[in-house]
Amino acid sequence: MITDKTTLWIVIVLLGLGTYLIRFSFLGLIGDRELPDWILRHLRYVAVAVLPGLIAPLVVWPQATGGHLDPARLGAAFVAFAIGIWSKNAVASIVGGMAALYGLQFLLG
Amino acid sequence: MSQSKPNSAFWSGFRAGSPFILVVVPFALLFGAIATKAGLNIVETMSMTFLVIAGAAQFTAISLMQEHAPTFIVLLTALAVNLRMAMYSAALVPHLGRAPLFIRVLMAYFMVDQAFAVAFQKYESAPEMTVAQKVRFYFGSLLPIIPLWYIFSYVGAVAGAMIPPEYSLDFAIPITFIALTAPAMRSLPHFIAALVSVGATLALIWVPYNLGLIIAALLAMIAGAGVEQKLKRRRA
Repeated sequence: MITDKTTLWIVIVLLGLGTYLIRFSFLGLIGDRELPDWILRHLRYVAVAVLPGLIAPLVVWPQATGGHLDPARLGAAFVAFAIGIWSKNAVASIVGGMAALYGLQFLLG
Repeated sequence: MSQSKPNSAFWSGFRAGSPFILVVVPFALLFGAIATKAGLNIVETMSMTFLVIAGAAQFTAISLMQEHAPTFIVLLTALAVNLRMAMYSAALVPHLGRAPLFIRVLMAYFMVDQAFAVAFQKYESAPEMTVAQKVRFYFGSLLPIIPLWYIFSYVGAVAGAMIPPEYSLDFAIPITFIALTAPAMRSLPHFIAALVSVGATLALIWVPYNLGLIIAALLAMIAGAGVEQKLKRRRA
């Protein structure tokens, strides 16, 4: 649970502001100047560099099971990943992953 | 081209954006529900949705705040997730850079993944479009996306409170991120970057202030860009 409301509001406002500035950056201020190649090359991988690392601990050590490896959650993560790669469809991947989680929880008791 | 009528660019944008309704509605519902479960009230959830309008970064921030990560790390990580939008912003300059400033101010606020994807593809395939038509197309593509994002975040926030813990909604965050990332594994460098990200984060879990994630992300970006460079040289 998020109980510290001051921190929460700081995050909401600054994240909103920062995200806006990122979106506005080139279109609004920098105009026609181009980014150097090596920066663009690294920016291409920001999403796949941040998101998998963010979820890895949540998958391996979930809080809901007291930080212990949970076969149902691990299996569900694999199913979601497989469907996502195969179908390229995010919604199918979420539905499949959650269905696998419920199925495995039922099967494994 | 059917660009004779002034509004046809707008409606052609609307049509191009509409398939994303199927993506936006469930994501918005999920965000609302997860934010509620994490302890945010309706005002807080909706403020975040209105101010940030970037699903992945919102999920990131909520997830890290639940782990009581320091504020600075929460902001740094969530903003890193949004850094891709700097690329969108740069890519749109040749097409929209000459639009009036107040229009660009508005466009920047609404610069979501789906709008960028649809608009950029259109601009590249139809170079004969005028700046005004491009602007109308952009806003047309937003119409089926943005209002639904607001509305269904609200519905999710209201409904989220009623979902019992047996439904393991805690795991909806990782599942959503997996769903967002898996389709992005479109090349070897992307896959390697993701692998390094996972491996390094797990190995660096002992690093205080969730800094391990930032280090892992930097390593993963370097790995992705490095593999890309290597593959390019081999092909050349």
